[in-house]
Amino acid sequence: MSDLTGLTIAEIRDGLKAGAFSAKELTRAYLSSMAAARNLNAYIIETPEKALAMAAESDRRIAAGAARPLEGVPLGIKDLFCTEGVHSQAASHVLDGFKPVYESTVTANLWAGGAVMLGKLNMDEFAMGSSNETSYYGPVVNPWRARGSNAPLVPGGSSGGSAAAVAARLCAGATATDTGGSIRQPAAFTGTVGIKPTYGRCSRFGIVAFASSLDQAGPIARTVRDAAILLRSMASVDAKDTTSADVPVPDYESAIGESIKGLRIGIPREYRMEGMPAAIELLWERGKEWLSAAGAAIVDISLPHTKYALPAYYIVAPAEASSNLARYDGVRYGLRVPGDDVIAMYENTRAAGFGKEVKRRILIGTYVLSAGYYDAYYLRAQKVRTLIKRDFEEVFAAGIDAILTPATPTAAFGLEAMALASPIEMYLNDIFTVTVNMAGLPGIAVPAGLSDEGLPLGLQLIGRPFDEAMLFRTGQVIEDAAGRFTPVPWW
Amino acid sequence: MSVDTATVKRVARLARIAVSEAEAEALKSELNAILGFVEQLNEVDVRGVEPMTSVIAMKTKMRPDVVTEGERAEAVIVNAPAREASFFVVPKVVE
Repeated sequence: MSDLTGLTIAEIRDGLKAGAFSAKELTRAYLSSMAAARNLNAYIIETPEKALAMAAESDRRIAAGAARPLEGVPLGIKDLFCTEGVHSQAASHVLDGFKPVYESTVTANLWAGGAVMLGKLNMDEFAMGSSNETSYYGPVVNPWRARGSNAPLVPGGSSGGSAAAVAARLCAGATATDTGGSIRQPAAFTGTVGIKPTYGRCSRFGIVAFASSLDQAGPIARTVRDAAILLRSMASVDAKDTTSADVPVPDYESAIGESIKGLRIGIPREYRMEGMPAAIELLWERGKEWLSAAGAAIVDISLPHTKYALPAYYIVAPAEASSNLARYDGVRYGLRVPGDDVIAMYENTRAAGFGKEVKRRILIGTYVLSAGYYDAYYLRAQKVRTLIKRDFEEVFAAGIDAILTPATPTAAFGLEAMALASPIEMYLNDIFTVTVNMAGLPGIAVPAGLSDEGLPLGLQLIGRPFDEAMLFRTGQVIEDAAGRFTPVPWW
Repeated sequence: MSVDTATVKRVARLARIAVSEAEAEALKSELNAILGFVEQLNEVDVRGVEPMTSVIAMKTKMRPDVVTEGERAEAVIVNAPAREASFFVVPKVVE
């Protein structure tokens, strides 16, 4: 039955409809693949009983001719999403034992669409990290290895469990979130497709908050079409999130296969970084050729404030995180470490509950928001953010339909390879993705080739607000030209 | 701008995170690396630029001022690490 796990979501839809297999058979195939891949550490919690019950309901619906859009599709859910009665701890020790009494809007939408939950996926603690090494539950191992090497590699982060599980066929698709690149960077590191939609496209209700003005949920999937199918179900207008946009959700899948003839694709000169590996340069060149061969016009553009996006992000995101994470106080949920008085209890709880990277960011955030520093740091960063967004507005106003860039500056790196590096070196992973969050735009990472070592590399497309359809349409052209990339199982 | 160990301890106190002497020392250099990195924002001319308040232009939504899900004390308190009846229990805060 293991070949069932090789099917795309589109193929699952067809196969279930034709009766080629049942939803229960499909779910069982995934559950046994998951059991055989625990050394990847992609799942924190597996929910086989729930999965089989949901699959049984899917089989009933299919038999009754009442299949929903995602009927029987087995999904993994990032631990950042609250799922009622199930482990939802943002891979943090501070949320020990927390089981939400409610469901996030995104996962509720998926279950209403007929999807099956396989379990909760590992991630960087509170989505803070680019390698999935900050998880309280230990690092995730990338299913990809360099040619001729057994050395374990990181899957990227923070949605490292999501990306690894999709690449290793431990789920048909996964939910993920992206605050500075946490969907697109792990997708690029694992040869999967990941899209961060426009800010406000998916409800943030029930997703553990990191930086509220930047956080967005999106899918990681094996193909552009699968990502389009998932996003349509995940996205909604939600009264429970006041930043959820009142924009109808289109049928993204219908954009796939549309011609890109005559589209204007911008190539931002500021994304050509010094010391960029030749393989990344080459990939970008090839991307331009593919889009050009499909009839698009390749246009050089400038986004002059690009280099300031990452430093501005490292003020805005920690500032918002320090405020959002104030709620972990040992009183309402999760871990409590006693102290002599209530303040000592807070301090001990938070000292024991948060990992190093999370503490670092809370402290930076607290510092930049503290009396006397607000204007110099936070206010200035928010002004720079206005300029970053204006750069994009100007190129889109000049008729650019989408922007093509590399997704990451390198391929996946070794586990613990950055252990002694300064935090800044790890932050540089997000150099191509973070601008998109700062401007609230949609961005998709599509696998486009392999590095010299045989590791996947991705290209990123950036679109106008709420024009995810354009990204799926153009992303499909890249996928058609580049092909798909699947790791050879060793786990 | 850079921080010294005393500032790290003060900020940690504000953030309600206990730090040891050794941790404060390590955090000092990490925080200074980050503060040094963000320093480059001073190169940007931000005169006359409005700070961003909302990344996507949208009106603040209003909702009727009514209880939507009331009387759910048990659900509210079910994850508390210490509780009595339907109350959170904390160390004594008033003498």
